[in-house]
Amino acid sequence: MGTACAVKMENITKKFGSIVANHNINLELHEGEILSLLGENGSGKTTLMNMLSGIYYPDEGQIYIHGKPVTIASPKDAFDNGIGMIHQHFKLVDVFTATENIVLGLEGKLNLADASKKVREICEKYGFDIDPNQKIYDMSVSQKQTVEIVKVLYRGADILILDEPTAVLTPQETDKLFQIMRNMKADGKSLIIITHKLHEVLEVSDRVAVLRKGEYIGDVMTKDADQQSLTDMMVGRSVSLNINRPDPVNVTPRVVVDGLTVYDELGVKRLSDVSFTINAGEVLGIAGVAGSGQRELLESIAGLYPIASGTITYYSPDSETGRNLVGMDPMDIRKNGIAMSFVPEDRLGMGLVGSMGMTGNMMLRSWRKGNSPFVNRKDPEALAKRIWDELEVVTPSTSFPVRRMSGGNVQKVLVGREIAQSPSVLMTAYAVRGLDINTSYTIYNLLTEQKMKGVAVVYVGEDLDVLLELCDRIVVLCGGQVSGVVDARKTDKRQVGVLMTRVEGGKAKNE
Amino acid sequence: MNKQSLFHIAKRGTLPWYISAAIRGCAILFALIVCALVTMFMTGENPISIYGTIFHGAFGTVRKTWVTFQNLAVLLGISLAVTPAFKMRFWNIGAEGQVLIGCLATAACMICLGDKLPNGLLILIMIVAAIAAGALWGFLPAFFKARWNTNETLFTLMMNYIATQLAAYYIIVWEVPKGAGKIGIINQNTNAGWLPQIAGKQYLLTILVVAVMTVLTYIYLKYSKHGYEIAVVGESQRTASYAGIKVERVIIRTMVLSGAMCGLMGLLLTAGTDHTLTTTIVGGRGFTAVMVSWMAKFNPIMMIFTSLLLVVLSRGASEISSVFGLNHSFADILTGIILFFIIGSEFFINYKVSLRKAGKKEA
Repeated sequence: MGTACAVKMENITKKFGSIVANHNINLELHEGEILSLLGENGSGKTTLMNMLSGIYYPDEGQIYIHGKPVTIASPKDAFDNGIGMIHQHFKLVDVFTATENIVLGLEGKLNLADASKKVREICEKYGFDIDPNQKIYDMSVSQKQTVEIVKVLYRGADILILDEPTAVLTPQETDKLFQIMRNMKADGKSLIIITHKLHEVLEVSDRVAVLRKGEYIGDVMTKDADQQSLTDMMVGRSVSLNINRPDPVNVTPRVVVDGLTVYDELGVKRLSDVSFTINAGEVLGIAGVAGSGQRELLESIAGLYPIASGTITYYSPDSETGRNLVGMDPMDIRKNGIAMSFVPEDRLGMGLVGSMGMTGNMMLRSWRKGNSPFVNRKDPEALAKRIWDELEVVTPSTSFPVRRMSGGNVQKVLVGREIAQSPSVLMTAYAVRGLDINTSYTIYNLLTEQKMKGVAVVYVGEDLDVLLELCDRIVVLCGGQVSGVVDARKTDKRQVGVLMTRVEGGKAKNE
Repeated sequence: MNKQSLFHIAKRGTLPWYISAAIRGCAILFALIVCALVTMFMTGENPISIYGTIFHGAFGTVRKTWVTFQNLAVLLGISLAVTPAFKMRFWNIGAEGQVLIGCLATAACMICLGDKLPNGLLILIMIVAAIAAGALWGFLPAFFKARWNTNETLFTLMMNYIATQLAAYYIIVWEVPKGAGKIGIINQNTNAGWLPQIAGKQYLLTILVVAVMTVLTYIYLKYSKHGYEIAVVGESQRTASYAGIKVERVIIRTMVLSGAMCGLMGLLLTAGTDHTLTTTIVGGRGFTAVMVSWMAKFNPIMMIFTSLLLVVLSRGASEISSVFGLNHSFADILTGIILFFIIGSEFFINYKVSLRKAGKKEA
């Protein structure tokens, strides 16, 4: 590794209103290295990288590329300087082929045949596995990501920024991505990877740079670091990294899903003959590649998704007979005295009202109470204040729009409200997505606490390490089918990973 | 080697109220200055006297002041009517038709039942008919939206034309005298169906009704369960169903309310002040109301001021055209300039424009 700098960011400051997202940051990316950029939520990682890729413009400071001072005022400037960023959310046209997407927006004469050839060459060189003529809608998430990477390579980028690339990948796909990253490094490219997963940081990077609350904390060589030291650096104090998992007590079936089949608006089958049991006093994990039917499954149970066939039977804690929930909407469920809490994946689009403050959002669960034509604001206000205190939500007031809070605080508001309903079933979808380690552990502890109170907890997650450490049993979904139900204490990542990608479903294997 | 961009634009955080008020104030000041310049260059008139004339046109005499407040009340009332729908992000641009159909229903009662019923009963029937007609005009687009997700903007717009054509048809049916093509003053001799005058003031009733509507709408939107439902549905229908709100029911209920309020305004127009029916009786106020409601950010109290601004400008406009012998369009130009600045100032409230520091040169 040379000592020259591919990127040098000097005294970079960026403010949004009164919020300082980056303060006097000095960051170096050496030629031909893989640098991990690590930090809690809201520590300014993405903001910093967006300034490199031309999406934001720094208020102060100077950027040097290969030693030369440059101004990056637009994504085009970034490309001209050989910088390519692979965003978390793909920006691809579904009905175009890989090649068409790759050349989209390039100037000059369009020659798809030549372009295809060049794409193929890039693929062979680094070991990408895509067909240049395949349409995007036919591709898996990891293939789409590959197209995004090839797109920036095609444009001649030699500095690549990957923003949480592994969030949507299975362990196998992640391994493949890391191999490709190493190939690119061997070819002399310089890479920056943003990720929350420490084991990945340790596995793939050469050096780790840490941000905390918009400030640059320092860097370490990866070979001198371990998970604990990195976490301490990131959080600023020592944190325990173990999820406490007490053995479940008094396990009884709470919700029995049997033969559940649903179709989406376009008539595509989203869940096919799904059967499993959610037990009280247990955390049930649901694993699967993104889009395997997790969302549809939870929404079906919550009464928000039309059910084609199958039954969902609820057994309340104080009665033996079950009640079929199929055909009920959320209000019917509540009117039947079933305290079902649901933390949906789409926090601001479903679980919360972005423009309202904490109080207004607490009212989502309580607005109908009482016979008066007017809403009761007092109790929700008190609840909002309680959650504000207990979960240490960072917000100026209970009327501050939740949309403008950071992701972790938004999630605390949502999870806090749902737990405050004293649920008998608590379903969570990607409860820690995008959250930093500290907040994630707060959430894990809250869920475990609920489990010990005898609540049936469902945890849909993407990080297999967490699923294996937090849950008691794991249902693995693959393409809308249950490909297996495993005991989280007796399985490992490989086994779950295999189940996640086993397209040939066959009959669900129960353990 | 690269061009330095001269300025860049960034989104602001929340501004304290006095800064946003100052920005809006500056906008109005700038608007008045630009209007003054335009006036001087185009007409050679002294801008101060033009402004004086505008003010005089709106408040110059007791009668003018009454008319201004009556116009304010009508515009404000229609604006209040469209507001619940807008808060729900239901783009109702059919207020024009909803008011007109209310006028038509009122006129129908006055003409067909005028001599047959005691006045009290007649007025009661008129109230019911006008509100029901407006509510129906609101219900239809809402029902189709809730059931089949039709486009409410187009639907409400088309409903305007149906209302206009219906009114045109019945004007011919009821024309007085035959062949005149218009109705004239209804029941001029008997005053049957005319709404009573309070304290001998022709316009006071309308003003009072709208004042009450303003307070009620404010309370309804801010404190009632319905108001909360409307706010949630407007923000996200998925969140609404998640919270157990029956989205379709809220859409229909809110639009029926919106239409009913428009119908009531139609009643006040036809039976309260104008005592006639023409196809242009609403005079575009159904559309102006959209602007009033938006500029006030759907706050009924703020809408008093936005509608006042528009009414004063338009009243002053007529005065200018007669006093200075200018074309009526000139007043429209001034109104346009002022609105441009007021709406444009929102950009500076939401975004910050900072100049790049000069002198930073690259190697």
